[in-house]
Amino acid sequence: MNEQVKPVAPAAADPVKSVGEYVPMVDGPEKVTGRARYAADILDAEALEAAIFRSPYSHAEILEVDTSEAEAMEGVRAVVTGADCDETFGVLPIARSEHPLARDRVRYKGEPIAAVAADNIHIAKAALKKIKVKVRELPAYFRARDARAEGATDLHEHRTGNIERDAFFELGDVDQAFKDADLVLEEEFHMSEVCQAQMEMHSAVVEYDPQRDRLTCWCSTQVPYYVHLMLAKTLKMDQGKIRVVKPFVGGGFGCRTETLNVELITALLARKIGGRVRMLISREETFITHRGRPETDVRIKMGMKKDGTITGVEFENDQRGGAHSSYGIVTILYAGSLLYAIYDLRNVKYIGRRVLTNTPPCGAFRGHGTVATRIAFESMVDMLAEGLGLDPIEARRKNYLEAPTFTDNDLMVNSYGLPECVDWVEKASGWAEKRKNGLPDPGPGKKKGLGFACSHYISGASKPVNWTGEPHATVNLKLDWDGSITALTGAAEIGQGSSTVVAQITADVLGLDMSRVRVISADSEVTPKDNGSYSSRVTFYVGNATLDAAQNLRRILVEAAARKLEANPEDIEVLGEIYRAGSQDQGIPYNEVVMEALRDTGTITAKGIYNTIPESWGGKKYRGAAIGGTMGFSYAAQVVEVTVDEYTGQVDVDNVWVAHDCGKAINRLTVEGQIEGSVWMGMGQALSEETSYHDGLMVANNMLDYRVPTIADSPPIHTHIVESNDPYGPYGAKEAGEGSLSGFIPAVANAIYDAVGIRFKDTPITPDKVFLAMEKKARFGKKDQAA
Amino acid sequence: MAKRLISFTLNGKQHDGVAPDNTLLLDYLREGLKLTGTKTGCDGGECGACTVLVDGRPQLSCLTLVGQVEGKTVETVEAMSVNGRLSPVQEGFHVKLGSQCGACTPGFIVAAEGLLRENPTPTDDDIKWALGSNICRCTGYIKIYEAVRYAAAKMRGEEPAPYPPTDYSKVA
Repeated sequence: MNEQVKPVAPAAADPVKSVGEYVPMVDGPEKVTGRARYAADILDAEALEAAIFRSPYSHAEILEVDTSEAEAMEGVRAVVTGADCDETFGVLPIARSEHPLARDRVRYKGEPIAAVAADNIHIAKAALKKIKVKVRELPAYFRARDARAEGATDLHEHRTGNIERDAFFELGDVDQAFKDADLVLEEEFHMSEVCQAQMEMHSAVVEYDPQRDRLTCWCSTQVPYYVHLMLAKTLKMDQGKIRVVKPFVGGGFGCRTETLNVELITALLARKIGGRVRMLISREETFITHRGRPETDVRIKMGMKKDGTITGVEFENDQRGGAHSSYGIVTILYAGSLLYAIYDLRNVKYIGRRVLTNTPPCGAFRGHGTVATRIAFESMVDMLAEGLGLDPIEARRKNYLEAPTFTDNDLMVNSYGLPECVDWVEKASGWAEKRKNGLPDPGPGKKKGLGFACSHYISGASKPVNWTGEPHATVNLKLDWDGSITALTGAAEIGQGSSTVVAQITADVLGLDMSRVRVISADSEVTPKDNGSYSSRVTFYVGNATLDAAQNLRRILVEAAARKLEANPEDIEVLGEIYRAGSQDQGIPYNEVVMEALRDTGTITAKGIYNTIPESWGGKKYRGAAIGGTMGFSYAAQVVEVTVDEYTGQVDVDNVWVAHDCGKAINRLTVEGQIEGSVWMGMGQALSEETSYHDGLMVANNMLDYRVPTIADSPPIHTHIVESNDPYGPYGAKEAGEGSLSGFIPAVANAIYDAVGIRFKDTPITPDKVFLAMEKKARFGKKDQAA
Repeated sequence: MAKRLISFTLNGKQHDGVAPDNTLLLDYLREGLKLTGTKTGCDGGECGACTVLVDGRPQLSCLTLVGQVEGKTVETVEAMSVNGRLSPVQEGFHVKLGSQCGACTPGFIVAAEGLLRENPTPTDDDIKWALGSNICRCTGYIKIYEAVRYAAAKMRGEEPAPYPPTDYSKVA
C-alpha cells in the first residue's frame, strides 16, 4: 500500500483520529488481490467432496430411503440420511422444526434427504443418482391462503391450520380514530417473495478428529455462535469440543443469520468418515436453501385529518413462511411492532399470520419484517395526502415523533434525525420546484415522476434470541511487548466493515494510527463469543464493547505512564505515540509506556463488554411486544425520480436522493456504501426481483431469472449522512445498513404514480404489469387503476 | 474422458499441465492450481465473478474449457498486483470501497483491468458497458464507478484524491 492509501497519516505529537473519517476496510487488500479465503477456497488434498440428495416432492411421507447402491460405489466414503440425526435445529429456541436431513416427511421441493461424501465431486454427484426414495405423497400448498384453507393437511403436527404464529394487538381505539379522520382509505397490497442472492454461494468445510472427538467447522455464516450451538445439538457433542471458524464471507443480507442445513450435513458426513469434508452447493441450491423475505398479502386501512395527522391504522398481513419455522415468529411480530417508532401513532390495530407452506423456508432478509409494512404504509400516506390535497412531504411532517420518547408499544426512541433527513432530500432533489413546475419533458412516449417515502430500522435486537445473562457483546484487546494491539471479536465480518469499525474505535481511543491494530474476527477458539452480524447490531453493541475495552486499555497505559513519569494519572496526556505529564513535559514514547505496563505482568488483555438497558427491551402490552425493542432507531428519507416508458412499461430510475440518520458515521466510507447498497437492493425488490415457483419448484433459481439489477440498470444515488448523535451509541452511532432499503420501494411506487397516474400495489413493478395497467387505463380511462 | 496436455502462459509464467477434455478453466485454476482468487458465483455464465483475462481480454472462465486457452495468455486477479503492491485498479476498489464482501471483486477487477488497458480514458458509459455482465450485490455500483475512475486517473499518471468521494451527480 502506498502512503496515499494509508488510512490515517500519523502526525508527530498529535493523537490520530480514526473515527468519523473515510476509512477503507482493514481487510480490503485481501479482497482485491484474491488472497481472501472464503469457505470454498479452503482446499485440502485429503478433503472429501460432498453433495446433497434433495426431495423431488413438495410434500410427502418418506417410507424408505435406499442408499445401498450409492454406498457400494467405488470412491463413495460415506452416506448420511435422516436416520443419522434425530435432532432438530432452528434459530428460535421455541420453534425448531427442521432436521438437517428430512426424517419421516419432506415439506418442500429441494429439502435435503441424504448426502454423500466421496473422493471427488463427480463421484459424489453420480452417487446421488443411485439413491432411491419411496414416499406417499401428501397435498401440497404453495400459497398462504391454500395452506390456511379448511381441511388442509398440517405440515407440522404442532401447528394446526398451518399457522406458525398469529399475532394481534390493538393499542388505542382504531374505530374511533377512523371516525375522527377526514379521509379513510382501505387498500390491499401484495409483495412477492425475494431472496438475498448474496454473491458467495453457501459452502462449508468440516473436519472431525475422532482421536480427540473434536470438530472444526469453517462455513459461510453471519453468526458463528448459532452454528456452534446447532452443531452441538444436532451432533449431540459437547459444545467445548467444537470450533467454528468464520473465514471471509461473501455477504449474507440475513440468509446466514441462522444455521443452515449445509454446515450440519457436512458435519454429519465428517464425523461419519472421521476426516475432512468440503461441501460447495450450487447457485440453484443456494436459492433453494433460501431464508428470503416472504410473499406477503397486506390489507391496510388508514385515517388522516385535513392537516395530515394520521388518526389511526389497521394493518393485516399474511406471510407465506415456507415449510419451516426459521425466524417466522419474529418476522410476523416485527411487521406489527415496527408500524411504530417512525411516526407518532396513537391508534393501531395489527393482525398478522405467519403461514406454513410447501415452499423453501423464508427467514430474515435485510430490513427484516419491516419492508412489506413500509411499502403499504408509505403508499397509503401518499394516497391520503392526495385525497386531502396535501403535499406528501408535508403530510409526513405532521406526524413526527419527538425524541426522547417511548412509543405506545414501549419502544425506546432517544434520537430522531428523520426531520433533518426529510429536509435534506426535499431540498437536494428540488422537490418543491419540480412538483410545482413539473419535470423536464423526457420526450415522446415517456413520462417522468417524483416520489417520496421514509423508513427506519432497529440497531440490533435488545434481547438476544438466546437469553443467557451474558453481556450482549464482549471484545478483548491483547497488547504485547511490540506495541501492537490485537482486537479479538466474535463479530462476524461479512463485508459490512465490522472489523474496520473495531480497529477504528480501538485506535481512536488510544490516539494511535490504525496500523497498530489488527483484528481477528470470529474464531471460537480465539475470539470471545458474539451474537453475530444481524439486525444491524454490530456497530452499536460490539462498537460499545470495543469502546469499553479500549478505554480500559487506555487506563492501564495512563497508569503505567504516570508511574514512569512520577506523576498523577489524571495529569497524563495521551497523544497517541507520546504520553506526557502536562504540556511542558517532553513525554515518553508509546513503546516505553507499553513496556512499563507489561513489567511484572506480561502481555495484557483488556476486556470490554456491552449490555443493553432494560428500558430498551420493549413492552408487555401484547404477546410478542418485546420484538422491536432496540437501543436505537435509524431513520431515512428518500426522493426517487423515474422515467416510465409508455410503450414498453419499462421504469427507469433516473436519480435517488437519500438521507440516512445513522447517529454518527464512525466510517463515512462504509456508511455511504451501506446506504447505497440498501437503496439499490430496495430497487431490486421494487422493480425486478422475485422468486417464482412452478408446482412448488423454484424456477427463478439462477442469477439470470432472478433479476438482480446490473450496473446498466442502476441509478446515481445521492447520499447524505445525518448525525443525530444517539446518547447510547458508540460516539453516538446507530444503524446504517438496513434502514434505507424499505423506503425506496414505496418511493418508487409513488414516483410511478406521479408519472403515469397508476398506483401499483404489487411488487415487483415489472414492465409487463406497467404495460398492462397503462393499456387498461388508456382503454377505460380510469385513474388509479391498480395493477 | 480423454486427457490432454495443456500449455499456456499463466500469470506471466509458462504453465504445462494435464486435464480431462471437459475441464473448465475455472475448475482447473481453482481446484487444480489452487488459484482461488478467481471466484465461482453461479452455475455458469450468469454473474461474472470468474472473469479472467485471456490474451488481455475479459472472458468467463466458467464457460471456457481449459483446452481453449492452449497457447494463449491467461491472467487472473492474482497477477494484477506488482511486487506485492496493489495495481491501480485494485487500489481503486480498495480505497473507494468498490469492494464490500469481496466475492464479486476479482471478476470486477479483472474486467476493469481489461477495459483500462484498451481505453485509458473511459466515460461512465464505457465503464457501464464493460462491467455490465458482472453482478455485485453489495455496493449498488456507485463506488464501483468511483473505483474505476480512480484507477483510470492513476494509470494515466494522475494522483486522484482517495476521499472524500467525487460528486455523485456525475455518475452515469
